[in-house]
Amino acid sequence: MKTFQKIISTIVPLPIENVDTDQIIPARFLKATTREGFGKNLFRDWRYEHDDENKPKKDFVLNNPLFKGEILAAEKNFGCGSSREHAAWALADYGFRVVVSSFFADIFRNNALNNFILPVTVSESFLGQVFDEVQRNPKTEIEVDLPKQTIKILSTGASEQFEINLYKKECLINGYDDIDYLLNLKDKIEEYEGTR
Amino acid sequence: MILEENNMSKTLLDKIWDGHVVYSKPGYPDVLYIDAHFIHEVTSPQAFDGLRERNIPVFRIKQTHATADHNVPTLNQHLPIREELSRRQVEMLTKNCKDFGIELYGLGHPFNGIVHIIGPELGITLPGMTIVCGDSHTSTHGAFGTIAFGIGTSQVEQVLATQCTLQYKPKRMKIEINGKLRKGVVSKDIILYIISQISSSGATGYFVEYAGESIRNLSMEARMTICNMSIEMGARGGLIAPDETTFNYIKGREFAPKGNDWDEALAYWKTLYSDKDAVFDKVLQFDAADIEPMITYGTNPGMGMGITKRIPSLSEVEGHDRKSFRKALDYMALEDGISLLGKPIDYVFIGSCTNSRIEDLRMVASFVKGKKKADNVQVWIVPGSKQVEKQAREEGIQAIFEAAGFQLRGPGCSACLGMNEDKIPAGKYCVSTSNRNFEGRQGPNARTFLTSPLTAAAAAITGKITDVREYL
Repeated sequence: MKTFQKIISTIVPLPIENVDTDQIIPARFLKATTREGFGKNLFRDWRYEHDDENKPKKDFVLNNPLFKGEILAAEKNFGCGSSREHAAWALADYGFRVVVSSFFADIFRNNALNNFILPVTVSESFLGQVFDEVQRNPKTEIEVDLPKQTIKILSTGASEQFEINLYKKECLINGYDDIDYLLNLKDKIEEYEGTR
Repeated sequence: MILEENNMSKTLLDKIWDGHVVYSKPGYPDVLYIDAHFIHEVTSPQAFDGLRERNIPVFRIKQTHATADHNVPTLNQHLPIREELSRRQVEMLTKNCKDFGIELYGLGHPFNGIVHIIGPELGITLPGMTIVCGDSHTSTHGAFGTIAFGIGTSQVEQVLATQCTLQYKPKRMKIEINGKLRKGVVSKDIILYIISQISSSGATGYFVEYAGESIRNLSMEARMTICNMSIEMGARGGLIAPDETTFNYIKGREFAPKGNDWDEALAYWKTLYSDKDAVFDKVLQFDAADIEPMITYGTNPGMGMGITKRIPSLSEVEGHDRKSFRKALDYMALEDGISLLGKPIDYVFIGSCTNSRIEDLRMVASFVKGKKKADNVQVWIVPGSKQVEKQAREEGIQAIFEAAGFQLRGPGCSACLGMNEDKIPAGKYCVSTSNRNFEGRQGPNARTFLTSPLTAAAAAITGKITDVREYL
């Protein structure tokens, strides 16, 4: 069972705004009928020249051996566009467990949470500090503590509180998913249908 | 007393939402009942697998409607799909529908088409409903006064299993447009204009109600185009209060209520409006007279402008946004500060859930009648459904397109998303009536200009970006 408590990890910085789900996983890779294997096509067209896995684009962060980790940091409006949950599956399959941004698109945020990826919304200034710090030292580590709802840059000690709704917090910590919650309410759903 | 009355005032969103809450608990999301669930081949297979793993059936088969649209070729639809993975995904949908007892309007079915075209066209989409689909453009259905929004596959599974989804109520935004639209300006221009004003994230967290005289005067097809693109400014969805235009559109459609059921439904639908004193979290107002035919120049739908305007100069862009502005123009191979008028293009795509309804095709046909396309462009016209295709043939629209050198293809999502055979080649410019100009959206390295069908038609004839008003 997947759960989420606290992680400490280095960061992969992607200082780009409006990262849409077509960039995270282009539509031509949505043809699989399982949830696995999307990671190899994560950011496919930013990652490779002419769609060729033998030609990695050197300036793209996933191809830079200096930057590794379970935390992706990106600029505002991360995950805008299509509702494809494949975007969350691709991030998870690649190994990301947290995305830090100053602003997430709604559907993506839900999809991420449903896949035990934690979207952490921080202030623009804190995000700026994250990018600065990781540029200065790619080994910079960040601690994300879900029970305490805090994010901390370990080298500087700078930290911030983040918001998450109580329900989803419980789901992540305990490994529950929405469908269990809904299936337990079946009687209420049938009762509701009877009143219409 | 007055206070009490004010407290009872509700927005349209609240009226529909509150009527669909099965259960709520403080701190927890509402359990929202879903009246109609549309599914397609891309975002459903993993959801059906989930049901199999839990060994549970689809809870309400009759409220689940299936079509194949994203992967389908738009030529030779009678032949097996050539691309293996696409074919497998469509076959998987067929199998899942058969195993779980869901009716499927698959390839070749007279009701087949893009999910957001067929729902309204068949009279499945009705005012006051809650509608979801694993597709962000589900907001289209909001044109009928419904709460309609896109969901991910985990939520598709939840709705299949329980006919409910867990949702926090979004904030309410009202966007009012008043005044008369100018010549050559259509509903696509209205929504591209709004997005250009508030940005591609300007409505994130909100559900938008579109109101005002300019909206009231629009046909249902035109209203659907507006609601369709609500997601492009980040909104969960968009909706428009139903009125006589709505009721006239629905009456007589395949699955619309008939006889006594119609009368009862109509009486309910007439209660669906935001009360006069209803409070919105945000209200924006625009003047229709300020809108000219629009075009996007960048790589998100917020990067749009009036067709006679210049792309902003780098110096006019705020410091913080400069990086993404420059990245977008690099991708588009455009310079800052220039006008796009006269820019040669390679493809014109008229289609997608935004603009592939019969009214869109009629608009294009009336403009191109007696004209021929420019030699340098390929023009693809992709109807939204089998029914639209049939109607286009019967009304003589197909003949007009053929005479103009346009290709009328079979229905599907086509070149909107670069998933099926219809892709725009790398480096080529496409004037497109679809909804997203993201990098690679229409194919790796394809470059997209979003416009209305009318502006796209003008580009098809001249072979370059054109102010359609010069030809009206």
